[in-house]
Amino acid sequence: MKKFHGLAAITAASVLGAAVATADENAELVINGEIEITTRTNAPAHISDVLDEVLSGWRFRSDQTQEMEMDDFDNPGMLGVESALDTWSTADGSEGKSCADCHGEPEEMAGVKPVYPKWNEEAGEVRTLQMQVNDCRENRMGAEPWGYDKPVAIDMEALLASVSRGMPVNVAIDGPAQETWEQGKEMYYTRYGQLELSCANCHEDNYGNMIRADHLSQGQVNGFPTYRLKNTKLNGMHSRFKGCIRDTRAHTFSPGSDEFVALELYVASRGNGLSVEGPSVRN
Amino acid sequence: MKRTTITLIALLAGLGMANADTVAPADITFTDDGALAQSLTGVAGDPVEGAKVISSKSLGNCIACHEISDLADVPFHGEVGPILDGAGDRWSEAELRGIVANAKMTFYESMMPSFYKTDGFIRLGKAYTGKAYEGEVEPLLSAQQVEDVVAYLMTLK
Ligand code: HEC
Ligand code: HEC
Repeated sequence: MKKFHGLAAITAASVLGAAVATADENAELVINGEIEITTRTNAPAHISDVLDEVLSGWRFRSDQTQEMEMDDFDNPGMLGVESALDTWSTADGSEGKSCADCHGEPEEMAGVKPVYPKWNEEAGEVRTLQMQVNDCRENRMGAEPWGYDKPVAIDMEALLASVSRGMPVNVAIDGPAQETWEQGKEMYYTRYGQLELSCANCHEDNYGNMIRADHLSQGQVNGFPTYRLKNTKLNGMHSRFKGCIRDTRAHTFSPGSDEFVALELYVASRGNGLSVEGPSVRN
Repeated sequence: MKRTTITLIALLAGLGMANADTVAPADITFTDDGALAQSLTGVAGDPVEGAKVISSKSLGNCIACHEISDLADVPFHGEVGPILDGAGDRWSEAELRGIVANAKMTFYESMMPSFYKTDGFIRLGKAYTGKAYEGEVEPLLSAQQVEDVVAYLMTLK
Protein backbone atom coordinates (compact mmCIF):
# COMPACT_ATOMS: atom_id res chain seq x y z
CA MET A 1 0.00 0.00 0.00
CA LYS A 2 1.27 3.44 -0.90
CA LYS A 3 1.42 6.22 1.66
CA PHE A 4 -0.27 9.50 0.95
CA HIS A 5 0.28 13.08 1.90
CA GLY A 6 -1.70 16.22 2.73
CA LEU A 7 -0.94 17.63 -0.71
CA ALA A 8 -3.96 15.93 -2.24
CA ALA A 9 -6.32 17.78 0.11
CA ILE A 10 -4.82 21.13 -0.89
CA THR A 11 -5.33 20.34 -4.57
CA ALA A 12 -8.97 19.62 -3.81
CA ALA A 13 -9.61 23.03 -2.33
CA SER A 14 -8.25 24.87 -5.36
CA VAL A 15 -10.34 22.88 -7.80
CA LEU A 16 -13.47 23.76 -5.84
CA GLY A 17 -13.19 27.37 -6.95
CA ALA A 18 -13.46 26.41 -10.61
CA ALA A 19 -16.62 27.14 -12.55
CA VAL A 20 -18.92 24.35 -13.65
CA ALA A 21 -17.14 22.60 -16.46
CA THR A 22 -18.75 20.03 -18.66
CA ALA A 23 -17.51 16.50 -18.55
CA ASP A 24 -15.71 14.63 -21.23
CA GLU A 25 -18.22 11.80 -21.44
CA ASN A 26 -15.95 9.77 -23.68
CA ALA A 27 -12.87 9.70 -21.46
CA GLU A 28 -11.86 6.34 -20.00
CA LEU A 29 -10.74 5.75 -16.43
CA VAL A 30 -7.49 3.97 -15.64
CA ILE A 31 -6.18 4.46 -12.10
CA ASN A 32 -2.42 4.67 -11.44
CA GLY A 33 -1.90 3.67 -15.07
CA GLU A 34 -2.89 0.10 -14.19
CA ILE A 35 -6.38 -0.41 -12.73
CA GLU A 36 -8.89 -0.36 -15.58
CA ILE A 37 -12.29 0.83 -14.46
CA THR A 38 -15.47 0.03 -16.37
CA THR A 39 -17.44 3.28 -16.24
CA ARG A 40 -19.87 2.40 -19.04
CA THR A 41 -21.43 -0.97 -19.77
CA ASN A 42 -24.68 -2.63 -20.83
CA ALA A 43 -27.47 -2.26 -18.28
CA PRO A 44 -28.07 -5.40 -16.20
CA ALA A 45 -31.08 -7.45 -17.31
CA HIS A 46 -33.33 -6.36 -14.43
CA ILE A 47 -33.28 -2.72 -15.57
CA SER A 48 -32.90 -3.20 -19.32
CA ASP A 49 -36.51 -2.07 -19.76
CA VAL A 50 -35.58 1.42 -18.54
CA LEU A 51 -31.87 1.86 -19.40
CA ASP A 52 -29.68 0.59 -22.25
CA GLU A 53 -26.39 1.31 -20.57
CA VAL A 54 -25.18 2.16 -17.12
CA LEU A 55 -22.67 4.93 -16.50
CA SER A 56 -20.51 5.74 -13.51
CA GLY A 57 -20.88 9.22 -12.00
CA TRP A 58 -17.21 9.72 -12.97
CA ARG A 59 -18.25 10.23 -16.61
CA PHE A 60 -20.36 13.23 -15.65
CA ARG A 61 -17.67 15.14 -13.82
CA SER A 62 -15.36 17.85 -15.17
CA ASP A 63 -11.96 16.98 -16.66
CA GLN A 64 -10.20 18.26 -13.54
CA THR A 65 -12.35 16.21 -11.19
CA GLN A 66 -11.97 13.16 -13.41
CA GLU A 67 -8.19 13.51 -13.39
CA MET A 68 -8.00 13.60 -9.60
CA GLU A 69 -9.24 10.03 -9.55
CA MET A 70 -6.68 8.78 -12.06
CA ASP A 71 -3.77 8.78 -9.64
CA ASP A 72 -3.94 7.84 -5.97
CA PHE A 73 -1.58 10.69 -5.08
CA ASP A 74 -4.11 13.19 -6.45
CA ASN A 75 -7.13 11.48 -4.89
CA PRO A 76 -7.81 13.03 -1.46
CA GLY A 77 -10.07 10.05 -0.66
CA MET A 78 -6.93 7.94 -0.36
CA LEU A 79 -6.08 9.79 2.86
CA GLY A 80 -9.09 8.03 4.38
CA VAL A 81 -7.78 4.72 3.05
CA GLU A 82 -4.44 5.44 4.66
CA SER A 83 -6.08 6.18 7.98
CA ALA A 84 -8.10 2.95 7.76
CA LEU A 85 -4.86 1.02 7.17
CA ASP A 86 -3.78 2.00 10.67
CA THR A 87 -7.16 1.03 12.10
CA TRP A 88 -6.97 -2.29 10.24
CA SER A 89 -3.93 -3.42 12.18
CA THR A 90 -4.77 -1.84 15.55
CA ALA A 91 -6.20 -4.14 18.23
CA ASP A 92 -9.44 -2.93 19.79
CA GLY A 93 -12.13 -4.24 22.16
CA SER A 94 -12.20 -6.81 24.96
CA GLU A 95 -10.69 -9.56 22.77
CA GLY A 96 -7.62 -7.48 21.96
CA LYS A 97 -7.83 -8.30 18.27
CA SER A 98 -7.42 -6.25 15.12
CA CYS A 99 -9.01 -6.79 11.71
CA ALA A 100 -5.61 -7.99 10.52
CA ASP A 101 -5.52 -10.75 13.15
CA CYS A 102 -8.42 -12.51 11.46
CA HIS A 103 -8.20 -11.30 7.87
CA GLY A 104 -4.50 -10.75 7.14
CA GLU A 105 -3.62 -8.08 4.60
CA PRO A 106 -6.42 -5.77 3.40
CA GLU A 107 -5.76 -7.04 -0.15
CA GLU A 108 -7.12 -10.40 0.95
CA MET A 109 -10.51 -8.72 1.17
CA ALA A 110 -10.53 -8.12 -2.60
CA GLY A 111 -13.89 -9.32 -3.94
CA VAL A 112 -15.86 -8.52 -0.79
CA LYS A 113 -17.05 -5.02 -1.64
CA PRO A 114 -18.57 -5.88 -5.07
CA VAL A 115 -21.19 -8.24 -3.57
CA TYR A 116 -22.46 -5.95 -0.79
CA PRO A 117 -25.19 -5.36 0.36
CA LYS A 118 -25.64 -9.10 0.84
CA TRP A 119 -28.02 -11.50 2.56
CA ASN A 120 -26.72 -12.78 5.90
CA GLU A 121 -28.19 -16.20 6.62
CA GLU A 122 -27.67 -16.32 10.41
CA ALA A 123 -28.98 -12.81 10.92
CA GLY A 124 -31.82 -13.30 8.46
CA GLU A 125 -31.31 -9.85 6.95
CA VAL A 126 -29.60 -7.98 4.14
CA ARG A 127 -26.44 -6.34 5.41
CA THR A 128 -24.35 -3.50 4.10
CA LEU A 129 -20.57 -3.61 4.37
CA GLN A 130 -20.65 -1.21 7.32
CA MET A 131 -23.12 -3.47 9.14
CA GLN A 132 -20.85 -6.44 8.54
CA VAL A 133 -17.80 -4.56 9.81
CA ASN A 134 -19.74 -3.66 12.95
CA ASP A 135 -20.70 -7.30 13.40
CA CYS A 136 -16.99 -8.15 13.50
CA ARG A 137 -16.32 -5.35 15.93
CA GLU A 138 -19.07 -6.32 18.33
CA ASN A 139 -19.01 -10.12 18.15
CA ARG A 140 -15.40 -10.98 17.33
CA MET A 141 -13.48 -8.07 18.83
CA GLY A 142 -15.76 -7.12 21.70
CA ALA A 143 -15.55 -3.49 20.53
CA GLU A 144 -18.13 -0.73 20.19
CA PRO A 145 -19.88 -0.54 16.83
CA TRP A 146 -19.03 2.50 14.72
CA GLY A 147 -21.74 5.07 13.99
CA TYR A 148 -23.22 4.72 10.52
CA ASP A 149 -21.38 6.77 7.87
CA LYS A 150 -19.14 8.24 10.55
CA PRO A 151 -15.55 9.04 9.41
CA VAL A 152 -13.89 5.95 10.91
CA ALA A 153 -16.53 3.66 9.33
CA ILE A 154 -16.37 5.44 5.96
CA ASP A 155 -12.58 5.27 5.92
CA MET A 156 -12.76 1.50 6.50
CA GLU A 157 -15.35 1.16 3.74
CA ALA A 158 -13.00 3.15 1.48
CA LEU A 159 -10.13 0.76 2.27
CA LEU A 160 -12.32 -2.26 1.51
CA ALA A 161 -13.51 -0.62 -1.72
CA SER A 162 -9.98 0.33 -2.79
CA VAL A 163 -8.71 -3.25 -2.75
CA SER A 164 -11.61 -4.28 -5.03
CA ARG A 165 -11.20 -1.48 -7.55
CA GLY A 166 -11.73 -2.68 -11.10
CA MET A 167 -13.85 -5.66 -10.06
CA PRO A 168 -17.45 -5.63 -11.34
CA VAL A 169 -20.25 -4.80 -8.92
CA ASN A 170 -22.31 -7.96 -8.59
CA VAL A 171 -24.95 -7.82 -5.87
CA ALA A 172 -27.50 -10.63 -5.69
CA ILE A 173 -31.11 -9.54 -5.99
CA ASP A 174 -32.92 -12.86 -5.94
CA GLY A 175 -33.47 -15.51 -3.29
CA PRO A 176 -33.81 -14.22 0.26
CA ALA A 177 -32.61 -10.71 -0.72
CA GLN A 178 -35.45 -10.20 -3.16
CA GLU A 179 -37.94 -8.78 -0.69
CA THR A 180 -35.48 -6.11 0.44
CA TRP A 181 -34.61 -5.38 -3.19
CA GLU A 182 -38.31 -4.89 -4.02
CA GLN A 183 -38.61 -2.47 -1.10
CA GLY A 184 -35.65 -0.49 -2.41
CA LYS A 185 -37.11 -0.48 -5.91
CA GLU A 186 -40.38 0.91 -4.66
CA MET A 187 -38.51 3.69 -2.85
CA TYR A 188 -36.53 4.50 -6.00
CA TYR A 189 -39.75 5.29 -7.85
CA THR A 190 -41.57 7.06 -4.98
CA ARG A 191 -42.07 10.77 -5.49
CA TYR A 192 -41.10 12.13 -2.07
CA GLY A 193 -41.61 15.51 -0.49
CA GLN A 194 -43.25 18.75 -1.46
CA LEU A 195 -41.39 18.77 -4.78
CA GLU A 196 -42.71 15.24 -5.46
CA LEU A 197 -39.52 13.96 -7.04
CA SER A 198 -38.30 10.37 -7.16
CA CYS A 199 -34.75 9.13 -7.65
CA ALA A 200 -35.87 8.04 -11.13
CA ASN A 201 -37.10 11.54 -12.05
CA CYS A 202 -33.58 12.89 -11.73
CA HIS A 203 -31.28 9.91 -12.27
CA GLU A 204 -33.19 7.75 -14.78
CA ASP A 205 -35.22 10.28 -16.80
CA ASN A 206 -32.77 13.19 -16.72
CA TYR A 207 -29.19 11.97 -16.42
CA GLY A 208 -26.98 14.01 -18.71
CA ASN A 209 -29.18 17.08 -18.21
CA MET A 210 -28.28 20.09 -16.10
CA ILE A 211 -30.48 20.81 -13.07
CA ARG A 212 -29.47 24.37 -12.27
CA ALA A 213 -25.65 24.12 -11.83
CA ASP A 214 -25.56 20.34 -11.40
CA HIS A 215 -24.88 17.87 -14.18
CA LEU A 216 -27.15 14.94 -13.37
CA SER A 217 -25.57 11.49 -13.38
CA GLN A 218 -27.33 8.16 -13.07
CA GLY A 219 -26.85 8.33 -9.30
CA GLN A 220 -24.82 5.11 -9.28
CA VAL A 221 -23.10 3.98 -6.09
CA ASN A 222 -20.14 2.04 -7.55
CA GLY A 223 -17.86 4.99 -6.69
CA PHE A 224 -18.65 5.09 -2.97
CA PRO A 225 -17.33 6.21 -0.63
CA THR A 226 -16.94 9.43 -2.65
CA TYR A 227 -14.59 12.25 -1.79
CA ARG A 228 -16.64 15.38 -2.57
CA LEU A 229 -14.94 18.66 -3.39
CA LYS A 230 -18.07 20.33 -2.06
CA ASN A 231 -17.58 19.22 1.55
CA THR A 232 -13.94 18.07 1.30
CA LYS A 233 -14.47 14.69 2.94
CA LEU A 234 -15.38 11.11 2.18
CA ASN A 235 -19.14 10.58 1.96
CA GLY A 236 -21.20 7.46 2.50
CA MET A 237 -24.02 6.30 0.26
CA HIS A 238 -26.69 6.71 2.89
CA SER A 239 -25.63 10.28 3.56
CA ARG A 240 -25.94 10.95 -0.16
CA PHE A 241 -29.42 9.37 -0.26
CA LYS A 242 -30.36 11.50 2.73
CA GLY A 243 -29.24 14.66 0.96
CA CYS A 244 -31.08 13.83 -2.25
CA ILE A 245 -34.34 13.10 -0.40
CA ARG A 246 -33.96 16.21 1.75
CA ASP A 247 -33.63 18.23 -1.46
CA THR A 248 -37.14 17.18 -2.47
CA ARG A 249 -38.39 18.97 0.69
CA ALA A 250 -39.14 15.62 2.27
CA HIS A 251 -38.80 14.12 5.73
CA THR A 252 -35.78 11.98 4.96
CA PHE A 253 -34.53 8.66 6.40
CA SER A 254 -31.42 8.10 8.55
CA PRO A 255 -28.11 6.52 7.52
CA GLY A 256 -28.20 2.88 8.58
CA SER A 257 -32.02 2.70 8.57
CA ASP A 258 -33.75 -0.38 7.13
CA GLU A 259 -35.09 1.84 4.36
CA PHE A 260 -31.64 3.01 3.27
CA VAL A 261 -30.24 -0.53 3.46
CA ALA A 262 -32.99 -1.58 1.02
CA LEU A 263 -32.38 1.44 -1.20
CA GLU A 264 -28.64 0.74 -1.21
CA LEU A 265 -29.22 -2.82 -2.37
CA TYR A 266 -31.52 -1.66 -5.16
CA VAL A 267 -29.32 1.22 -6.35
CA ALA A 268 -26.18 -0.96 -6.15
CA SER A 269 -27.93 -3.59 -8.31
CA ARG A 270 -28.61 -0.95 -10.98
CA GLY A 271 -24.83 -0.68 -11.29
CA ASN A 272 -24.10 -4.41 -11.59
CA GLY A 273 -21.35 -4.63 -14.21
CA LEU A 274 -19.74 -1.26 -13.45
CA SER A 275 -16.41 -1.46 -11.63
CA VAL A 276 -15.96 -0.81 -7.95
CA GLU A 277 -14.32 2.61 -8.03
CA GLY A 278 -14.23 3.85 -4.43
CA PRO A 279 -12.92 5.99 -3.04
CA SER A 280 -13.90 8.13 -6.02
CA VAL A 281 -13.75 11.90 -6.50
CA ARG A 282 -16.89 13.89 -7.20
CA ASN A 283 -17.96 17.51 -6.88
CA MET B 1 -48.25 53.34 19.93
CA LYS B 2 -46.40 54.34 16.81
CA ARG B 3 -44.47 51.09 16.94
CA THR B 4 -47.68 49.05 16.99
CA THR B 5 -48.99 50.85 13.92
CA ILE B 6 -45.83 50.20 11.97
CA THR B 7 -45.85 46.57 12.98
CA LEU B 8 -49.44 46.24 11.90
CA ILE B 9 -48.77 47.78 8.50
CA ALA B 10 -45.73 45.57 8.06
CA LEU B 11 -47.82 42.58 8.99
CA LEU B 12 -50.53 43.43 6.47
CA ALA B 13 -47.92 43.99 3.78
CA GLY B 14 -46.28 40.71 4.73
CA LEU B 15 -49.52 38.87 4.31
CA GLY B 16 -49.42 40.23 0.81
CA MET B 17 -52.70 39.79 -0.91
CA ALA B 18 -54.19 37.28 1.47
CA ASN B 19 -57.41 39.22 1.21
CA ALA B 20 -60.99 38.07 0.89
CA ASP B 21 -60.54 37.32 -2.81
CA THR B 22 -57.66 34.88 -2.31
CA VAL B 23 -58.56 31.37 -3.36
CA ALA B 24 -57.02 28.69 -1.16
CA PRO B 25 -55.20 25.75 -2.84
CA ALA B 26 -57.95 23.38 -1.71
CA ASP B 27 -60.65 25.52 -3.35
CA ILE B 28 -59.35 25.81 -6.89
CA THR B 29 -60.97 23.92 -9.76
CA PHE B 30 -59.07 23.11 -12.91
CA THR B 31 -60.66 22.69 -16.33
CA ASP B 32 -60.33 19.26 -17.92
CA ASP B 33 -57.22 20.53 -19.72
CA GLY B 34 -55.65 21.74 -16.49
CA ALA B 35 -56.28 25.48 -16.91
CA LEU B 36 -57.31 27.92 -14.16
CA ALA B 37 -59.38 30.78 -15.52
CA GLN B 38 -59.91 32.65 -12.28
CA SER B 39 -57.21 34.84 -10.75
CA LEU B 40 -56.08 33.45 -7.38
CA THR B 41 -56.17 36.90 -5.77
CA GLY B 42 -58.12 39.32 -7.96
CA VAL B 43 -55.01 41.52 -7.98
CA ALA B 44 -53.10 41.84 -11.27
CA GLY B 45 -49.75 40.05 -11.26
CA ASP B 46 -46.48 42.01 -11.30
CA PRO B 47 -44.10 40.64 -13.97
CA VAL B 48 -41.02 42.15 -12.26
CA GLU B 49 -41.80 40.28 -9.06
CA GLY B 50 -42.58 37.21 -11.15
CA ALA B 51 -39.11 37.24 -12.71
CA LYS B 52 -37.61 37.34 -9.21
CA VAL B 53 -39.68 34.36 -8.08
CA ILE B 54 -38.64 32.42 -11.19
CA SER B 55 -34.92 33.14 -10.71
CA SER B 56 -34.64 32.79 -6.96
CA LYS B 57 -33.42 29.50 -5.58
CA SER B 58 -35.48 29.97 -2.40
CA LEU B 59 -38.73 30.75 -4.27
CA GLY B 60 -39.81 29.26 -7.59
CA ASN B 61 -36.32 28.21 -8.71
CA CYS B 62 -37.93 27.58 -12.11
CA ILE B 63 -34.64 28.05 -13.90
CA ALA B 64 -33.31 24.99 -12.07
CA CYS B 65 -35.18 23.11 -14.79
CA HIS B 66 -35.98 25.71 -17.48
CA GLU B 67 -33.89 28.00 -19.63
CA ILE B 68 -35.25 31.53 -20.23
CA SER B 69 -33.24 33.74 -22.63
CA ASP B 70 -34.74 36.88 -21.14
CA LEU B 71 -33.10 35.99 -17.78
CA ALA B 72 -29.70 35.17 -19.29
CA ASP B 73 -27.95 37.33 -16.66
CA VAL B 74 -29.03 34.90 -13.93
CA PRO B 75 -26.43 32.09 -13.85
CA PHE B 76 -27.15 28.39 -14.43
CA HIS B 77 -30.35 27.51 -16.23
CA GLY B 78 -31.35 23.87 -16.23
CA GLU B 79 -32.45 21.66 -19.10
CA VAL B 80 -34.92 19.30 -17.44
CA GLY B 81 -38.02 21.12 -18.80
CA PRO B 82 -38.60 22.92 -22.09
CA ILE B 83 -37.13 26.39 -22.81
CA LEU B 84 -39.75 28.90 -21.72
CA ASP B 85 -39.07 31.45 -24.49
CA GLY B 86 -42.39 32.09 -26.21
CA ALA B 87 -44.47 30.53 -23.40
CA GLY B 88 -46.81 33.54 -23.55
CA ASP B 89 -47.53 32.74 -27.21
CA ARG B 90 -47.98 29.02 -26.73
CA TRP B 91 -50.30 29.23 -23.73
CA SER B 92 -53.16 31.42 -22.52
CA GLU B 93 -53.03 33.12 -19.13
CA ALA B 94 -55.48 30.55 -17.74
CA GLU B 95 -53.36 27.67 -19.03
CA LEU B 96 -50.17 29.13 -17.57
CA ARG B 97 -51.88 29.65 -14.20
CA GLY B 98 -52.90 26.02 -14.26
CA ILE B 99 -49.38 24.84 -15.18
CA VAL B 100 -47.74 26.85 -12.40
CA ALA B 101 -50.34 25.91 -9.77
CA ASN B 102 -50.29 22.20 -10.58
CA ALA B 103 -48.56 21.14 -13.80
CA LYS B 104 -49.75 17.56 -13.31
CA MET B 105 -53.27 18.68 -14.32
CA THR B 106 -51.90 19.70 -17.75
CA PHE B 107 -49.06 17.20 -18.20
CA TYR B 108 -49.75 13.69 -16.97
CA GLU B 109 -47.32 12.71 -14.19
CA SER B 110 -45.13 15.73 -14.94
CA MET B 111 -41.83 16.02 -13.13
CA MET B 112 -42.65 19.68 -12.56
CA PRO B 113 -43.52 20.39 -8.90
CA SER B 114 -46.98 21.70 -8.00
CA PHE B 115 -46.50 25.21 -6.70
CA TYR B 116 -50.00 25.84 -5.37
CA LYS B 117 -50.97 22.64 -3.66
CA THR B 118 -51.06 21.67 0.00
CA ASP B 119 -52.04 18.01 0.22
CA GLY B 120 -51.24 14.55 -1.12
CA PHE B 121 -47.49 14.61 -0.36
CA ILE B 122 -45.43 11.59 0.67
CA ARG B 123 -43.23 12.25 3.73
CA LEU B 124 -43.63 16.00 3.57
CA GLY B 125 -40.61 17.72 5.08
CA LYS B 126 -40.06 21.03 6.82
CA ALA B 127 -38.57 22.97 3.87
CA TYR B 128 -35.02 21.68 3.19
CA THR B 129 -34.22 20.55 6.73
CA GLY B 130 -34.94 16.86 6.11
CA LYS B 131 -37.18 16.92 9.20
CA ALA B 132 -40.89 16.17 9.28
CA TYR B 133 -43.33 18.96 8.56
CA GLU B 134 -45.08 20.56 11.51
CA GLY B 135 -48.17 22.74 11.52
CA GLU B 136 -50.16 24.01 8.60
CA VAL B 137 -48.92 23.21 5.10
CA GLU B 138 -47.94 26.26 3.02
CA PRO B 139 -47.90 25.95 -0.77
CA LEU B 140 -44.49 26.45 -2.45
CA LEU B 141 -45.65 29.82 -3.74
CA SER B 142 -48.27 32.22 -2.36
CA ALA B 143 -51.36 33.02 -4.43
CA GLN B 144 -49.91 36.39 -5.41
CA GLN B 145 -46.53 34.90 -6.31
CA VAL B 146 -48.34 32.55 -8.70
CA GLU B 147 -50.09 35.55 -10.27
CA ASP B 148 -46.76 37.40 -10.56
CA VAL B 149 -45.12 34.41 -12.23
CA VAL B 150 -48.01 34.07 -14.68
CA ALA B 151 -47.80 37.80 -15.48
CA TYR B 152 -44.09 37.38 -16.25
CA LEU B 153 -44.63 34.27 -18.39
CA MET B 154 -47.22 36.24 -20.41
CA THR B 155 -44.44 38.69 -21.38
CA LEU B 156 -42.45 35.85 -23.00
CA LYS B 157 -43.68 36.32 -26.55
C1 HEC C 1 -34.01 16.85 -7.59
C2 HEC C 1 -33.09 15.97 -8.22
C3 HEC C 1 -32.63 14.72 -7.50
C4 HEC C 1 -33.36 13.72 -6.91
C5 HEC C 1 -34.86 13.62 -6.78
C6 HEC C 1 -32.41 12.74 -6.45
N1 HEC C 1 -31.14 13.13 -6.72
FE1 HEC C 1 -29.43 12.05 -6.42
N2 HEC C 1 -28.31 13.62 -7.12
C7 HEC C 1 -28.83 14.81 -7.61
C8 HEC C 1 -27.74 15.67 -8.00
C9 HEC C 1 -27.88 17.07 -8.61
C10 HEC C 1 -26.55 14.96 -7.73
C11 HEC C 1 -25.11 15.41 -7.99
C12 HEC C 1 -24.77 15.18 -9.44
C13 HEC C 1 -24.83 13.72 -9.80
O1 HEC C 1 -23.93 12.95 -9.44
O2 HEC C 1 -25.84 13.31 -10.41
C14 HEC C 1 -26.96 13.66 -7.20
C15 HEC C 1 -26.06 12.65 -6.84
C16 HEC C 1 -26.44 11.39 -6.42
C17 HEC C 1 -25.52 10.31 -6.15
C18 HEC C 1 -24.00 10.37 -6.26
C19 HEC C 1 -23.52 9.75 -7.54
C20 HEC C 1 -22.02 9.73 -7.66
O3 HEC C 1 -21.52 9.16 -8.63
O4 HEC C 1 -21.35 10.28 -6.81
C21 HEC C 1 -26.27 9.23 -5.77
C22 HEC C 1 -25.77 7.86 -5.37
C23 HEC C 1 -27.66 9.64 -5.82
N3 HEC C 1 -27.72 10.95 -6.21
C24 HEC C 1 -28.73 8.82 -5.51
C25 HEC C 1 -30.06 9.26 -5.43
C26 HEC C 1 -31.15 8.44 -4.95
C27 HEC C 1 -31.02 7.01 -4.50
C28 HEC C 1 -32.27 9.23 -4.97
C29 HEC C 1 -33.64 8.95 -4.45
C30 HEC C 1 -33.76 8.56 -3.10
C31 HEC C 1 -31.89 10.49 -5.54
N4 HEC C 1 -30.53 10.49 -5.78
C32 HEC C 1 -32.76 11.55 -5.80
C33 HEC C 1 -30.16 15.14 -7.74
C34 HEC C 1 -31.23 14.35 -7.33
C1 HEC D 1 -38.15 19.93 -11.40
C2 HEC D 1 -38.34 20.49 -12.71
C3 HEC D 1 -39.21 21.69 -12.96
C4 HEC D 1 -39.36 22.84 -12.22
C5 HEC D 1 -38.66 23.22 -10.92
C6 HEC D 1 -40.27 23.67 -12.94
N1 HEC D 1 -40.66 23.04 -14.08
FE1 HEC D 1 -41.92 23.82 -15.53
N2 HEC D 1 -41.83 22.04 -16.55
C7 HEC D 1 -41.04 20.97 -16.23
C8 HEC D 1 -41.19 19.93 -17.23
C9 HEC D 1 -40.49 18.59 -17.24
C10 HEC D 1 -42.13 20.43 -18.17
C11 HEC D 1 -42.65 19.75 -19.45
C12 HEC D 1 -44.03 19.21 -19.24
C13 HEC D 1 -44.02 17.73 -18.97
O1 HEC D 1 -43.90 16.96 -19.92
O2 HEC D 1 -44.08 17.36 -17.81
C14 HEC D 1 -42.50 21.77 -17.72
C15 HEC D 1 -43.39 22.61 -18.40
C16 HEC D 1 -43.59 23.94 -18.12
C17 HEC D 1 -44.32 24.87 -18.93
C18 HEC D 1 -44.91 24.58 -20.30
C19 HEC D 1 -43.73 24.54 -21.24
C20 HEC D 1 -43.99 24.99 -22.66
O3 HEC D 1 -43.74 26.14 -22.95
O4 HEC D 1 -44.47 24.15 -23.43
C21 HEC D 1 -44.28 26.09 -18.30
C22 HEC D 1 -44.90 27.38 -18.77
C23 HEC D 1 -43.53 25.90 -17.07
N3 HEC D 1 -43.12 24.59 -17.00
C24 HEC D 1 -43.26 26.90 -16.14
C25 HEC D 1 -42.58 26.72 -14.94
C26 HEC D 1 -42.48 27.74 -13.91
C27 HEC D 1 -42.99 29.15 -14.03
C28 HEC D 1 -41.80 27.17 -12.86
C29 HEC D 1 -41.50 27.72 -11.50
C30 HEC D 1 -42.51 28.42 -10.78
C31 HEC D 1 -41.44 25.83 -13.28
N4 HEC D 1 -41.94 25.60 -14.53
C32 HEC D 1 -40.69 24.94 -12.52
C33 HEC D 1 -40.19 20.87 -15.14
C34 HEC D 1 -40.05 21.82 -14.13
